[in-house]
Amino acid sequence: MNEGFEPRIVAFLCNWCAYTGADLAGTSRIQYPPNVRIIRLMCSGAVDPVYVIKPLLDGADGVLIGGCHPGDCHYQEGNYKARRRVAILKNILRQMGFDEERVWLRWISASEGQVFAETVTEMVEALKEKGPNPLKELWGT
Amino acid sequence: MKVRKFLEVREGETLVALQSFLQRLLEKEIVEALLVPLEAPSGDTVMPALVKDPLRLKKANPLAPVMPVNAARLVSSLTIGKPREKIGALLRSCERRALIELVKLQQAHLDNLVIIGLDCLGTYEVTDYAKLISEDGSLTMELVRGAEEGVLSPHPGYQFRAACRICEYPIPKNNALTIGLLGVDGKRILIEAEEELAEKLELTEGEAPSREEAIDRLARARIEERDRLFSQFRERVVDMPGLLAQFSTCIRCHNCTVACPICYCKECLFRTSTFEHESDRYLRWAERKGAIQMPTDTLLFQLTRLNHMVTSCVGCGMCESACPSDIPLTTIFRAVGQEVQAMFDYLPGRSLEDELPLATFKEDELADLGER
Repeated sequence: MNEGFEPRIVAFLCNWCAYTGADLAGTSRIQYPPNVRIIRLMCSGAVDPVYVIKPLLDGADGVLIGGCHPGDCHYQEGNYKARRRVAILKNILRQMGFDEERVWLRWISASEGQVFAETVTEMVEALKEKGPNPLKELWGT
Repeated sequence: MKVRKFLEVREGETLVALQSFLQRLLEKEIVEALLVPLEAPSGDTVMPALVKDPLRLKKANPLAPVMPVNAARLVSSLTIGKPREKIGALLRSCERRALIELVKLQQAHLDNLVIIGLDCLGTYEVTDYAKLISEDGSLTMELVRGAEEGVLSPHPGYQFRAACRICEYPIPKNNALTIGLLGVDGKRILIEAEEELAEKLELTEGEAPSREEAIDRLARARIEERDRLFSQFRERVVDMPGLLAQFSTCIRCHNCTVACPICYCKECLFRTSTFEHESDRYLRWAERKGAIQMPTDTLLFQLTRLNHMVTSCVGCGMCESACPSDIPLTTIFRAVGQEVQAMFDYLPGRSLEDELPLATFKEDELADLGER
């Protein structure tokens, strides 16, 4: 039933770490699945829950939020706030019947090009297991 | 030190005793203005009023079992620019808790404010109250009598608002002045205050030994109903159709955000041009999905509102009372809030010292989140 299903992932990556890490993966020519669409923000702490919920309701199979490792945030505390917000968001999604494992928060530093590639690979595999976002089939939101 | 004193009440004249007590607060300049519900001229509801003339308090009716608006919003209006006169605000538990949250959100100040807590015996929807009060003037006394035992039943054929049926915090705590009805016999009203303040108020001595028991009895009944409603809700939202069904009749009127004391954004994101889509966009969405419900973004709005404010939700139920589509918002927001708040051991309105969960963090919490 899931033959040929290619998950679509939307990724919010912080400028200083995760986005730069993803860029490094590219310049290093590391191969990873093309299923991710990247949106650059200055900090993972700038991710409002609405940015994550909207793609999910529009049918994205997964959302990845990439930020600096705790303690390394370019703006000192943004990633700590992101961590709380994502925890609350995942809790609410779960309570409302949605699979919260479609939302990933990952710390990826600027030098971790390989980690970024591996994260996307893992996420694509995990989402292939889960199948398409059930909201895609339902009328109207 | 807080002391317990009493107001004497002549046979069945609880409201009169309360009115003259409130007049005393103005006359003795304990406060220079009072925010208190007054009977509306139409006679079928009460609305909060900012009162300076003690004579107008003859129409005060803080006991009326109806709450058209959460007074925390009004206290915010009165105190966001710090008042230069001392204002006394009569607040129920949920109003007081919402006010504490608003202070933390920097939307209200406690300077020059005297919070006068009042036990809440439950409220009816505004339309039900209007009908009931025209049929039966003893509506309020019915409840005051039940307060002694902590057993509060709605008028036959009517229900209290859902928020009240599941409210386990009927008494507001930690106020300069608290007016107590629960666990107190009908011949007196309990007044709790700092000794110094109590001295000025011409009160009598006494005890209220069964107060804690009455409150406990009431809270236990409410908790049972709460847990029942929460379970029903959780059983409904087990999959996507269940989730969509919760909000399927939402029309994006935003009454809930207007009525909610916590939603203070002057311009909700969902009312900005971000959500004024071009017609091409609507058509593309309809093409992709086959059909799109309109107005769009109702589920996105509800889920975002949950994410933005559920940590501070005090369960006053103004949202559900305001909703023209009868969405059971009290149950949804309180149930979701219960778990989210528990993640941080947070109880909205419990204390000014408790930091808002979204405004703080600990370096060593949620250690697994973000790690591979």
